Amino acid sequence: MTTVPVEQEKVEACRAFAADIADDVQRFIDRHTTVGVERTVARAYGVVGADAEGTPLANALVDRIHKAGQVGRGVAYHLGRALCEGAASVQEAAEMLAFSEAADFGPGPSAAEARGAIEAATREAIARIDSARDEREANKAAHRVGTAPLKYVIVATGNIYDDAVQAKAAGFAGADIVAVIRATAQSLLDYVPEGPTTEGYGGTYATQENFRIIRRAADEATRDTGTYLAQTNYSSGLCMSEIAWMAAVERLDMLLNDAMYGILFRDINMQRTFIDQYFSRRIIARSGIVINTGEDNYLTTADAVEKAHTVLASQFINEAFARRAGLREELMGLGHAFEINPWLEDSLLFELAQAQLVRQIFDRHPIKWMPPTKFKTGDIFHSHVHDAMFNLVGITTGQSIALLGMFSEAVHTPLLMDRYLSLKSARYIFTAARHLGDEIQWKPGGIVESRAREVLDKAHALLREVERETLWDAIGRGAFGDVKRTRTGGKGYSGVVARHPEYLNPILEVLERSSS
Amino acid sequence: MGSMTQRNILRAYGDREGDGMVQMSFTLRILPGDRAREVAKRFAEAHGLREPLVTAMEQASREHTYFVVYGHSQHGVDTSDIEVEELAAQPLTRDQIEEQAKKLGRKIVVVGACTGSDAHTVGIDAILNYKGFAGEKGLESFKCIDAHNLGAQVENAELCEKAKALGADALLVSQVITQRNCHKENAAALVELATRQGFRDKVILLLGGPRIDHNLAVELGFDAGFGPGTKPITVASFLVERLVGRV
Repeated sequence: MTTVPVEQEKVEACRAFAADIADDVQRFIDRHTTVGVERTVARAYGVVGADAEGTPLANALVDRIHKAGQVGRGVAYHLGRALCEGAASVQEAAEMLAFSEAADFGPGPSAAEARGAIEAATREAIARIDSARDEREANKAAHRVGTAPLKYVIVATGNIYDDAVQAKAAGFAGADIVAVIRATAQSLLDYVPEGPTTEGYGGTYATQENFRIIRRAADEATRDTGTYLAQTNYSSGLCMSEIAWMAAVERLDMLLNDAMYGILFRDINMQRTFIDQYFSRRIIARSGIVINTGEDNYLTTADAVEKAHTVLASQFINEAFARRAGLREELMGLGHAFEINPWLEDSLLFELAQAQLVRQIFDRHPIKWMPPTKFKTGDIFHSHVHDAMFNLVGITTGQSIALLGMFSEAVHTPLLMDRYLSLKSARYIFTAARHLGDEIQWKPGGIVESRAREVLDKAHALLREVERETLWDAIGRGAFGDVKRTRTGGKGYSGVVARHPEYLNPILEVLERSSS
Repeated sequence: MGSMTQRNILRAYGDREGDGMVQMSFTLRILPGDRAREVAKRFAEAHGLREPLVTAMEQASREHTYFVVYGHSQHGVDTSDIEVEELAAQPLTRDQIEEQAKKLGRKIVVVGACTGSDAHTVGIDAILNYKGFAGEKGLESFKCIDAHNLGAQVENAELCEKAKALGADALLVSQVITQRNCHKENAAALVELATRQGFRDKVILLLGGPRIDHNLAVELGFDAGFGPGTKPITVASFLVERLVGRV
């Protein structure tokens, strides 16, 4: 197997720095909650529905508690208290707390009493995640599962029913994973829309009903082809943890989920994001969903040669956060990308070096390999060649999940035909070069080896710096993706709340006790 | 240069002058077979291709087939009829923009929003936000620009207030939704409001969106309009040229 030299002590030092970096933030996370986390808890307890204007009850409920300044006690406390005081069900309690004048947010029963009242609902919430996980695993066990690199394609019609047609077509054409791209800017909505949606710009809204529709289509494709078709969506943005919950109970297989992506690329407040990513990953860990992190994005805003080490450094940090949320390595799909200027001499060798380095350092992780986008133009024929090189590097270096490039990247969201041709090209290259990586060795001290060494050295230096200054300040000075964000800036900051000394979140407690 | 009356017909050039060779690829909801091949040929003929040759026919889903067809396009275009102004100048490069903007002695303040009921921030985000779109970084990535994205569903009054408070040099309005021409009315209302408040002449007003072009924007009282595919650098270049002049 082709390898690049990796200094193990340096890797261990990187992990140690990342552990310190994440511990510092984790201490903050453990003392706070957010409106997003509490809405997730409410949904997990069975709070459903929306009003005529589309405001979900979970939002109406948590917003009212927030106005009363009582989110710090946890929505579980308020629901449990309402049950103590006579509400017949969690749903009734939620409606009362959201809308009734009788809702009381003043001093009430103890957290222990509220906990007792909501105990059965807590068990049910966890059982829902567990049974969905079991159903997914049984379904996978009953079918063929693709071999790595798993072929991952996106659909993005804006209409969930067209997405379902496209998803099935992708399964027929050999896809292993289908992702429905979200409507642009959904990440900035502080609520999850309800029901099936047929209009979206740049993609389709993530809603629980839309998840069900695609799951049904993917299950049909699975039965049809005999190969399991996995489903992915986005646990990111202001509703990161709510989406994680919906995905867990609707049997999604993977979720885009990153500890820092929203901060950097969507200007979401960093406190909010860190807290939300933690709870989302606790759910994800219990559910057995594979996360896909977003480091590939760094290389779309920063230079892919100059800033390759920021990807590696961020992977160590994402790994450290994921560990603290109970994820095992087999669920950590750390992301990276083929984004070097294709016209640069030896760009292919640099790509090989970086891909191989990541593969070796994170050897148990289902590494997510992202295709070129930044240098794509409307020349679809050249674009297809560019993607072929990406496929070649992916198979040679043994990447786990390959998000296949589309020749129409930079033109439009992929057409049925685009996806077909992309899958055909991947099938060809993954077959033709299946064992290329086993057969070759890099020239000692050559371009590939030197590049791998350089990237690890620079990642090590960056992590040392970030550890010294803390992650908060490192992001503040633009250490990742060349983007600067402040601790109290960005969207969603008003939804961050310090936990009350008697904060109640029995679901989180169960998730924290279980290991994935 | 030919005279205005002289016709100059252009046809697609493949192997020999005038052969009109083009290829097209498409998907039809039919399964492959002799009948499907004939359907694809007719489809190509309907597009004006003579002697179409179906060179690929592959099943792409349970119901769809993907085709590649070559043929001789019968169409020609008379170039003497075409009246399109070439862009007066290419946009400045990123370095030129930064260099030129230094002459201003301060940052260029840009305030953008999707106004009215419009919730589609894709355009404004692509132009303003750091990440930009398709590898083209937004105005936020320029050192010389102080960009403020107010997001979606911003009322004209709010946009004007914010623009005045921030001392905006330029207002960027994105209008994606075009039901019953509400994009036009809303855009025109902004110009009116800015005029009434007496600061219309102090700012550059830019309008963008998939159904917007320069002429329409000017007609509505804006300084410029940007249609689909506009890159942030084009907007940055326009602003610098307006405020400081060309290199």
